[in-house]
Amino acid sequence: MSNRLRARQLGLLIASNFREIVREPGVLFWGIGFPILMSLGLGIAFTKKPNEIRKIAVVTPFEMVLKDTVVVSDKHLGSTTFIFEKMSWDNALVLLKRGNFNLILDQKDGQLQYHFDPMNPDAQLCFLKLSRMFQGKPEILPENAGQIQPLTVSGTRYIDFFIPGILSMGVMMSCMWGLSYGLIDKRSKKLLRRMVATPMKKSYFLLSMITVRIGMNFVESLLLVLFAWLAFGINIHVSLPALLLIFMAGNFAFAGLAVLVSSRTANTEVGNGFINAIVFPMMIMSGIFFSYHNFPDWAIPVIKLLPLTMLADGVRSIFIEGAGLFQVAQPILILTALGTLLFSAGLKVFRWY
Amino acid sequence: MLEQPAIEAKKVFKSFKTVQAVKGVDLQIERGHFVAILGPNGAGKTTLVEMIEGIQTPDSGEIKVLGKTWKNHSAELHREIGLCLQDTRFIDKLRVIETLRLFGSFYGLHNDRVEEVIDLVGLDEKRRAYVVNLSGGQKQRLAIGLSLLNKPAILLLDEPTTGLDPNARREIWAILNRMKEESNATLLLTTHYMEEAEQLCDYVIIMDQGIILKEGTKNELLGEKKSLDDLFIDLTGRHLNE
Ligand SMILES: Nc1ncnc2c1ncn2[C@@H]1O[C@H](COP(=O)(O)OP(=O)(O)OP(=O)(O)O)[C@@H](O)[C@H]1O
Ligand SMILES: [Mg+2]
Repeated sequence: MSNRLRARQLGLLIASNFREIVREPGVLFWGIGFPILMSLGLGIAFTKKPNEIRKIAVVTPFEMVLKDTVVVSDKHLGSTTFIFEKMSWDNALVLLKRGNFNLILDQKDGQLQYHFDPMNPDAQLCFLKLSRMFQGKPEILPENAGQIQPLTVSGTRYIDFFIPGILSMGVMMSCMWGLSYGLIDKRSKKLLRRMVATPMKKSYFLLSMITVRIGMNFVESLLLVLFAWLAFGINIHVSLPALLLIFMAGNFAFAGLAVLVSSRTANTEVGNGFINAIVFPMMIMSGIFFSYHNFPDWAIPVIKLLPLTMLADGVRSIFIEGAGLFQVAQPILILTALGTLLFSAGLKVFRWY
Repeated sequence: MLEQPAIEAKKVFKSFKTVQAVKGVDLQIERGHFVAILGPNGAGKTTLVEMIEGIQTPDSGEIKVLGKTWKNHSAELHREIGLCLQDTRFIDKLRVIETLRLFGSFYGLHNDRVEEVIDLVGLDEKRRAYVVNLSGGQKQRLAIGLSLLNKPAILLLDEPTTGLDPNARREIWAILNRMKEESNATLLLTTHYMEEAEQLCDYVIIMDQGIILKEGTKNELLGEKKSLDDLFIDLTGRHLNE
């Protein structure tokens, strides 16, 4: 077959894979719409509100005269509105368990008593603010203990942390679900064996699926970043070569993983379980939604070896710290090598029939 | 040099974990012949045909297609054969014409051949339809169209008309009969239907439980029997479509 005919074969394979994806409207929503909605939701949820509302359960009888709501203003920390709800001890306890309150206030022998879980940082904060209010010092910091300098510049907010994470997670999800599932589905439909019963070049087939997938991921990520820039003003003056290369390396690593995962089974449910078993731990551990430094120290070196961690950390350092190609060269090389390894292992055991 | 037979199988065996699917089949099909393998569910038809297609490998025995083994000549053989697997599905959201062009490109074919085939299988009206929206008969005609793209020397069809109504079935027979007139391709098809074997094929192989019970031309097989159905009951003690 001439080169021109081969190129045509590859072109038509790419076109069919592309059509298969974009003609399924659900795919566009879950691939592009959903990550954007999620970042919008989380971005808003974690942006500090100017007025914070704290509900406190007050156990009756309560001797002190207490207004139903007390507003404490602070020029740096924003105002806090305390809402006091009077109720019986039993009732308060039930509502605390349900998460309606995290602090119960009562009074014994004229003494205020604060009941809360000392391990819960939010309850602790509530206690500090409340106790200070009762002492008549609305500022959390004692006088002359230093000054508050608010950090609100782009790069230090939760959304700045989150966008690189969800971008990386999107790459993983799209490769694992899109590629693995696509391959397993084609095998179970006997389409794979029908295709390889022709002179089709097998490598073109896999190449076309991966190309289309990476292309889709590129568009999805671009839209996500564009959205985050418009909605939250994240920093987009970043090193483009570094970003592109680590993006490609991440895609490559997950594409390799996807081919390996889907190399044998023809059962979509087995595939389902397999993909979940790989995707889910990484989603939790790789610092997508919260920093993995919350995990015990011994786990961190292991977590750092996960491909999603490498990708997310790399992308994050590019966006937040302004890292360049040199700083992210290591994850780029490791991810590329990993992709090559997984891909060739997958191809070795790949079952077309 | 003497021309090699189209398909040749010698003492072919194939087992799965607990089942012996094919138990010593010998077979020789000359070029240009139309042959039916007739047998009930589980007879081993698919297993045998897939071994001929190079999709499965026999546990023992030898299979040659056009005088060549799959082991050493798979690339050439893929160009020479056309096939229709039992219940294959294609890409749901691809149009008929796009599916044909895609498969055509695997053989390095251009759109003029695709147009010929789309006419041949009568799907011109449906050319823009998504594959998923085709009726059973139309899907099957598409599958046959795909198998004819490369003008195969050997066409292997695994139950091409199962599940179709009599009308759709006749449409498929018409396509295959036209191919018979226009080319000297060899056809091997499997079926449960006596009528199909009678309508299309000159030579019939009756298979059950992994072995060939009887084979021959229609007339040889029938002898004094009224129909192939009677013959089958005679051979196995049961009906074909049981
Ligand atoms: N992959 C497999 N694993 C296990 N057993 C199999 C496999 N493929 C076929 N068999 C068994 O081998 C026997 C022959 O199956 P085969 O599919 O060849 O029959 P068939 O004649 O094509 O039947 P049908 O008319 O229903 O298509 C059956 O008992 C079947 O259960
Ligand atoms: Mg069968």
